[in-house]
Amino acid sequence: MSEAEQKTETPEANPARSGEMIRALVGVAAVSGILISVVFQWTLPAIKANRAEALQKAVFAVIPGVKTVVTFEVTQEGKLVALKEDKEAEEKMYAGYDQQGQLAGVALEAQGQGYQDVIKILYGYNPEKEHVVGINILDSKETPGLGDKIGKDPKFLANFEALDVRLKEDRSGAVHPLEVVKQGTKSKAWQIDSITGATISSKAVGKILNASVPQRLPVVQKNLDTLKEKP
Amino acid sequence: MNTESLGFIFLNATLINNFVLSLFLGICPFLGISGKRDTALRMGAAVTFVMLVSSMAAFGIHHVLVWLDALYLQLIAYIAVIASTVQLVEMFIKKFSPTLFKALGIYLPLITTNCAILGVALFQTLREYSFLQSLVFALGAGVGFTIALGIMAGLREELNLADVPSLVKGAALTLMLAGVMSLAFMGFGGLGG
Amino acid sequence: MQDMAGQTAAPTLETFLEGIWKENPVFIHLLGMCPVLAVSNSAVNALSMGLATTFVLVLSNIVVSSIRNLVPSQVRIAMFIMVIATFVTVAEYLLQTISLEIYAALGAYVPLIVVNCIILGRAESFASKNPILPSILDGLGTGVGFIIAIFMMGALREILGSGSLFGVALFGDQFEPWVVMILPSGGFFVLGFILLILAWTQERMKGEAK
Repeated sequence: MSEAEQKTETPEANPARSGEMIRALVGVAAVSGILISVVFQWTLPAIKANRAEALQKAVFAVIPGVKTVVTFEVTQEGKLVALKEDKEAEEKMYAGYDQQGQLAGVALEAQGQGYQDVIKILYGYNPEKEHVVGINILDSKETPGLGDKIGKDPKFLANFEALDVRLKEDRSGAVHPLEVVKQGTKSKAWQIDSITGATISSKAVGKILNASVPQRLPVVQKNLDTLKEKP
Repeated sequence: MNTESLGFIFLNATLINNFVLSLFLGICPFLGISGKRDTALRMGAAVTFVMLVSSMAAFGIHHVLVWLDALYLQLIAYIAVIASTVQLVEMFIKKFSPTLFKALGIYLPLITTNCAILGVALFQTLREYSFLQSLVFALGAGVGFTIALGIMAGLREELNLADVPSLVKGAALTLMLAGVMSLAFMGFGGLGG
Repeated sequence: MQDMAGQTAAPTLETFLEGIWKENPVFIHLLGMCPVLAVSNSAVNALSMGLATTFVLVLSNIVVSSIRNLVPSQVRIAMFIMVIATFVTVAEYLLQTISLEIYAALGAYVPLIVVNCIILGRAESFASKNPILPSILDGLGTGVGFIIAIFMMGALREILGSGSLFGVALFGDQFEPWVVMILPSGGFFVLGFILLILAWTQERMKGEAK
């Protein structure tokens, strides 16, 4: 590795040198800035297309029968507005429509602390039946071979094919908050069979959904009419 | 908006996801530290300080860039700030403690390329920490780094007196030690959960 | 930290080959450890990181070599780092166009390429003292050396830790993977082990030469 520049020279001793240094630094900074912004603009369309494709795939995985996806932004007042293209928004939800243009379900993101680090999930919600219809682990750093089974174990994932998340009359929360139970003891539609050896990760998924349900499902229900009309 | 508590962020950065032993940041000084516990601790202190300053600057820069819609300049801006901070710290240490300056030697300017510092800036941006959360995160990262460095220096110091086969001495030994340390730190997983 | 000998070299094959074996940046000079350990938990990730790093290395060598006579010595490190940071940012966007999945898998370690000591090291000790063509060769050679090192780690760790290579299962369902290999500690162990083997091989070769 190189030595640091000599700092024994004081700026006053070499005013000409200072000017040269500053010019050089500013020059490099300017050229760099230009190069980066050019490459950014040039690659933007391709990256946007990639992102849209990835989103489609993720939503298809959590809502069965989806053909097209429309992104909605949740406004401050709790209303839904269809988002164009790749625009950013604080809170989003993804409506999936089937071949006939009917609303098949809504995909929502949620995250929370798992065993090792934050787990990010995408889950599909069928507002008519008031069921969770699928989950997809978007990002997790759980222990490979143990905690990371939450994303791969087919029996665990099967828990989420028809999970009861009916809302109370006043829409303040779920009638039955989700329960994570020991593997094999699931008897009710709002229970989740945990994975043996990955209890904490399994419970984390339950916690994440329980936190997300009372917050986001009421918004979906309130705006059901907007959602049903495919934009 | 990130909802992690401050205590958790600190614990996470220091132990659960230790910068050196879990995230593999700051390996160069970690491997190079030659078993002098004192130097290790001072290095850790210098790094922690640079982390704190860079964290604050990175927070400011990120928000300015968002406002200017020029996020693609983020990496360059971060690295420029880190390089400047290290220069300043170097001048500061040289002026106020020439002995420390000599002891740290080549390691001081190397802090610029210490992945851990850039790592702090990048992760705090990724996790959308608030200003206070970022500071606590930087502090935790620095403390965790110092802990890892301190333990490694202590181990190396002890091993200097032990009968280690010459083939293993040096980098291979340090890496094996690091592997065991990393395994041990995994025990912190789930803490505070 | 060793100082890598910079020579004013003519563009020879030697320059290229040196980076691969004799002066391998990872195994001999112990540089660039962070990505080697962090991203080597699968062969695909390791290879992608190796290619991305080489991309930045070669381009920054070219630019540093081109401006080497215009750079005031006082600020050369700062300028080199800015050049490197520029190409890393470029690499980030290119990677996103090629594969979002790989980009996500590499995570924060892509921008961290900018502090990979290898790149700054080559800029400082070779590219800033040599014309463009040798610098390109040096960059390529060092890059290939890096790719070999990180790929070896990635392949080993994936085979032992996941029982697969490039995602293709090798051993069938009954295989109980050696999970620690894809954990951080596994990274340390495998690299330490490789260095041990190398040291042993060198001892053997020295012994035979006597």
